[in-house]
Amino acid sequence: MSTPETTAPAVRQSAAAFLKDNLRDYGMLLSLVVIVLFFQFATGGILLKPLNLTNIILQNSYIVIMALGMLMIIVAGHIDLSVGSVAGFVGAVAAMMMVQYNFDFVTASIVCLIIGGVIGAVQGYFVAYFKIPSFIVTLAGMLVFRGFMIAVLSGRSIGPFDPTFQKLSSGFIPEFFSSEGGLYITSMILGLALALLLVWQNIRSRARRQSHGVESEPFGFFVGKNILVLAAIGYIAYLISSHRGMPNVLIIMALLVAGYGFFTNRTIIGRQIYAVGGNIRAAELSGIKTARLTFFTFVNMGVLAALGGLVVAARLNSATPKAGAGFELDVIAACFIGGASAYGGVGKVTGAVIGAFLMGVMNNGMSILGIGIDYQQVIKGLVLLGAVCVDVYNQRR
Amino acid sequence: MLDPVPAAERTPILEMRGISKSFGAVKALSDVSFTVREGEIHALVGENGAGKSTLMKVLSGVYPHGSYEGSILYDGVERNFRNINDTEALGIIIIHQELALIPLMSIAENIFLANAPSRFGVIDRSAVHERTKALLAKVGLSREAPDQLITNLGVGKQQLVEIAKALSKDVRLLILDEPTASLNETDSAALLELLKEFRRQGITSILISHKLNEISEVADRITVLRDGRTVDTMDCHAGVIEEDEIIRKMVDRDLESRYPKREPKIGEVIFEVENWCVDHPQHVGRRVVKNVSMSVRAGEVVGISGLMGAGRTEFAMSVFGRSWGRNITGTVRMHGKDVDVSNVNRAIDAGLAYVTEDRKHLGLILAEDIRKNISLANLPGVSRRNVIDDISEMKVAQEFRARMRIRSHNVYQETGKLSGGNQQKVVLSKWLFTNPDLLILDEPTRGIDVGAKYEIYSIINELADAGKAVVVISSEMPELIGICDRIMVMHEGEFVGEVAGEGATQENIMRAIMRRKGREE
Repeated sequence: MSTPETTAPAVRQSAAAFLKDNLRDYGMLLSLVVIVLFFQFATGGILLKPLNLTNIILQNSYIVIMALGMLMIIVAGHIDLSVGSVAGFVGAVAAMMMVQYNFDFVTASIVCLIIGGVIGAVQGYFVAYFKIPSFIVTLAGMLVFRGFMIAVLSGRSIGPFDPTFQKLSSGFIPEFFSSEGGLYITSMILGLALALLLVWQNIRSRARRQSHGVESEPFGFFVGKNILVLAAIGYIAYLISSHRGMPNVLIIMALLVAGYGFFTNRTIIGRQIYAVGGNIRAAELSGIKTARLTFFTFVNMGVLAALGGLVVAARLNSATPKAGAGFELDVIAACFIGGASAYGGVGKVTGAVIGAFLMGVMNNGMSILGIGIDYQQVIKGLVLLGAVCVDVYNQRR
Repeated sequence: MLDPVPAAERTPILEMRGISKSFGAVKALSDVSFTVREGEIHALVGENGAGKSTLMKVLSGVYPHGSYEGSILYDGVERNFRNINDTEALGIIIIHQELALIPLMSIAENIFLANAPSRFGVIDRSAVHERTKALLAKVGLSREAPDQLITNLGVGKQQLVEIAKALSKDVRLLILDEPTASLNETDSAALLELLKEFRRQGITSILISHKLNEISEVADRITVLRDGRTVDTMDCHAGVIEEDEIIRKMVDRDLESRYPKREPKIGEVIFEVENWCVDHPQHVGRRVVKNVSMSVRAGEVVGISGLMGAGRTEFAMSVFGRSWGRNITGTVRMHGKDVDVSNVNRAIDAGLAYVTEDRKHLGLILAEDIRKNISLANLPGVSRRNVIDDISEMKVAQEFRARMRIRSHNVYQETGKLSGGNQQKVVLSKWLFTNPDLLILDEPTRGIDVGAKYEIYSIINELADAGKAVVVISSEMPELIGICDRIMVMHEGEFVGEVAGEGATQENIMRAIMRRKGREE
């Protein structure tokens, strides 16, 4: 064997050239920033008022949670149209258990998550082992679980919930120090700690890469990026802390995003899911258990849809027959706006989260501006189409 | 037989003058001139990435006028083609390497996809049928029914259907991009005969091919491209052109021989398969592999030769984790012990690796980079506790990139954007990283250029020298003869002969096949 050449030295690039190469990664974030700034300006500063920002987070939490599951389904080359119905159905079961049969909320929540997993498993079984297109299986699931939900509720709303359960969506983390002067110190500290943790992580991974001579990110770019991260998270933490502190659901969401980000990026199973979506036959011939992984993504989606359903029910403080209607479209749109490919194999957790918030900020901003629900739909549809067009164009370059 | 009019006096049907074309900063063609005379077979050769396909895309209007510099004269008139319709209207038809047929439509529907004979907008079915029959007869497919589905045809026949489709459009200048790349010897020979027949009828052909023996058999003139420039145009009737001379012009360096030398150091038996039987996955009861037995020793390169459809790929894939077929029976032994190869994982664990013949569909994830493709079959090898260590993954990729001489900017380049030879090296790297004892290489040099072929052969030699057992499946007999210690001949799902590498000739391989054929008839 020939001796391997010394590893190629890190390529020196200007910040601009680096940004251009990584446009796909930063483009979405950039569009989110632009849209936030636009609405901040257009609404005369209402968008980023502490109360409103907290609301945006609460309103979109369940979309983000479900988008994490949907992203993996889309990456594996499938789609799940049933998530809205499953979320609604699970919310109805939760209401029935807690309100009508007086289960405590922990038991009820666990049962609901298991139900979600079972529903995902059934649908996943048909998709993965029966090889029925996921579009059809989950279209059926969408009808079936919408029907079951109405049956469980007998067409009425069930509520209200126990106050502890409501805290899932509408509660805030406890304040250990003081909230005098309107600033919740614990939340602020937590926010800053998170920001510093991220920056520290970045520095560590850069140092590691540099010690192996494989860093290509220009130093100036790296510093600028981290200052921006620090400033943005710090500012958001400050805003949230000056309302009522961090919502509980934000903590859940942050943990899930971090967990799924790590899972998809760094673990063997995560990587294999991308391979299944990228080229299922090549993956199979490389020893990857494609059917099992597909099955797993559906089980996972079921659990997350159930969690989303619980969050929605807690937020509305009742289970209604309308709950969850149309969620699937928001969730799928979030993934595609976030750069996932409809052909599978491509998509990032961060992208899906950014996509979800992009839609959320637009919803919120347009509502503040008094744009009717009719034109909101039109604009959202066009943004979805536009985002995917830009992505496809970038791919072809 | 040559045309009575001397080639040099025939008028040019096509002149491409000073063609330059860039993709971003990359100059794919610079000042290429290319002249084709009416009624000749003009071969266009060059390494992968030399610009052959780009030049043909400029010619056929895939890259429209304005996206390149230079001028195109066809029939002596300067043409500004805007798209492929413009060129097809003038009888310039290109048949791409990747066939453009719709698998679930019939032969007739494919041939008359865009221009079906119709009355008042309704397709005239009987006319379509008749005309398809006539066209199929012209390309030697008279035994196929026009309503046969494309998916039921082998690649060789599909290629011929593509040509029939070209004929249906009144072709004057036929461009074939590596038409025989996936064909076996018989099908290739039939196709070349067809080209000669077309020449007699006055159809001009441009033939892009890596197979120099075919080119010297049919071409009237040969143009060599290298690095986007015309190196030379040679007249085959002005004297004998040595293949080595062509290769020298293509690669600008001397290749000692086309097959690197190796002193075989053959050791213990590593791989044995006994009484292997496989049925077709769809056609119930059709046995595709019949009682096949073979063994391979450490340091040995064993070839499997045979015609298309002999069952070679089916045999290999069924051994490799039952990736093909059903009702699979027989035993596989590694180092003398029975092993379980009932799924791909177990086969990999047992030390088997199968490098597919179809790297684009079965070998690579084209949208992913080199690094992720190389680690795919052995992710635990770059992981700790199920977490991938990105640094060690990248180092593995860089090591293989250097060792295999994969030409790319870095290991983060998408494999879909690499040339065929480099893609093949990525697939090979993936399997070498699983550290197999037995490597099955299915058509390892299909569609890749002479230089890259030599590199692949060298890698095969290195693997054998490192004590691995290697099986090479190939439709190119000279290749098997050049690199194998032993060649098994397969026909209709059975091994019908075994030839020692030394002393193997194309004749005695073909004889083994023909003997069996004669017995059947």
